[in-house]
Amino acid sequence: MFDLSGKTALVTGASGGIGGAIARSLHAQGARVALSGTRREALDALAAELNGAAVLPCNLSDAEAVAKLPGQAEEALGGLDILVNNAGLTRDTLAMRMKDEDWLTVLEVNLTAAFRLSRGVLKGMMKRRSGRIINITSVVGVTGNPGQANYASSKAGLIGLTKSLAAEVASRGITVNSVAPGMIETAMTDALNDQQRERILANIPAERLGKPEDVAACVAFLASQEAGYVTGHTLHVNGGMAMI
Amino acid sequence: MSDNDIGERVKKIVVEHLGVEEGKVTDSASFIDDLGADSLDTVELVMAFEEEFGCEIPDDAAEKIVTVKDAVNFIQEHAA
Repeated sequence: MFDLSGKTALVTGASGGIGGAIARSLHAQGARVALSGTRREALDALAAELNGAAVLPCNLSDAEAVAKLPGQAEEALGGLDILVNNAGLTRDTLAMRMKDEDWLTVLEVNLTAAFRLSRGVLKGMMKRRSGRIINITSVVGVTGNPGQANYASSKAGLIGLTKSLAAEVASRGITVNSVAPGMIETAMTDALNDQQRERILANIPAERLGKPEDVAACVAFLASQEAGYVTGHTLHVNGGMAMI
Repeated sequence: MSDNDIGERVKKIVVEHLGVEEGKVTDSASFIDDLGADSLDTVELVMAFEEEFGCEIPDDAAEKIVTVKDAVNFIQEHAA
């Protein structure tokens, strides 16, 4: 089940906790992966673990670099079957204090880059009559979150992008889905103090934070042949904190 | 490339991509109105023309390619 042998995948934000777990998971299922991100050393270290992995550093706020990335991945891997738009950043602050730059940077990297990369990979996928695009959104894209007007908007935007693209290309054997993590153990949640952590846990029926691997397993499923009839969906991975 | 040659190759691509009978692919046939193409089919046809003839068809030009003849004319003017 969920075998990805012979498949190729590009994962953005692969130097982060969730992105790294996704790359490992796709690789474990047999896929060859291209790792994109901004931290070259972290990407190189991950690539050393994953046989045949390519490293393609890219600043996703640079439109020209983003335009080149799909071609670079196709060249490095000999085609591209799976795109995982995982990269994302936060610039949290209350909306009343949020600067245009905080808003625009988050939208550019989290949403616009995902659109540009999707557009870039679709041509090849259309020709091959198969492909998988998986966007990593967030529970806050559906629930909202104070201090994250920019981030939540970008993640809600990804859900709209997912559904629209899914409808456009479903007839060509290409699926487009989202995975929406809740609170996952990463560098970001490591920074929480005990009190914050307790308050969060009180709202998670599973009584634990998620692990990057919990998210990665869902991505591997959606990337697989077996998920071929699932498209336009948002798969929530949040231990029950929001049943939506 | 003779005009005739381009016309035949364009028609062959249209027949293959849209799965229509050769006889229906006349010069004046509209991809969408006469040959049953949807908007995604027209994008794919343009991609196929680009590949076959080694030319680039920009989006604004692609929008004006409505019939078989439009495609042939564009390729005649721009093919390498």
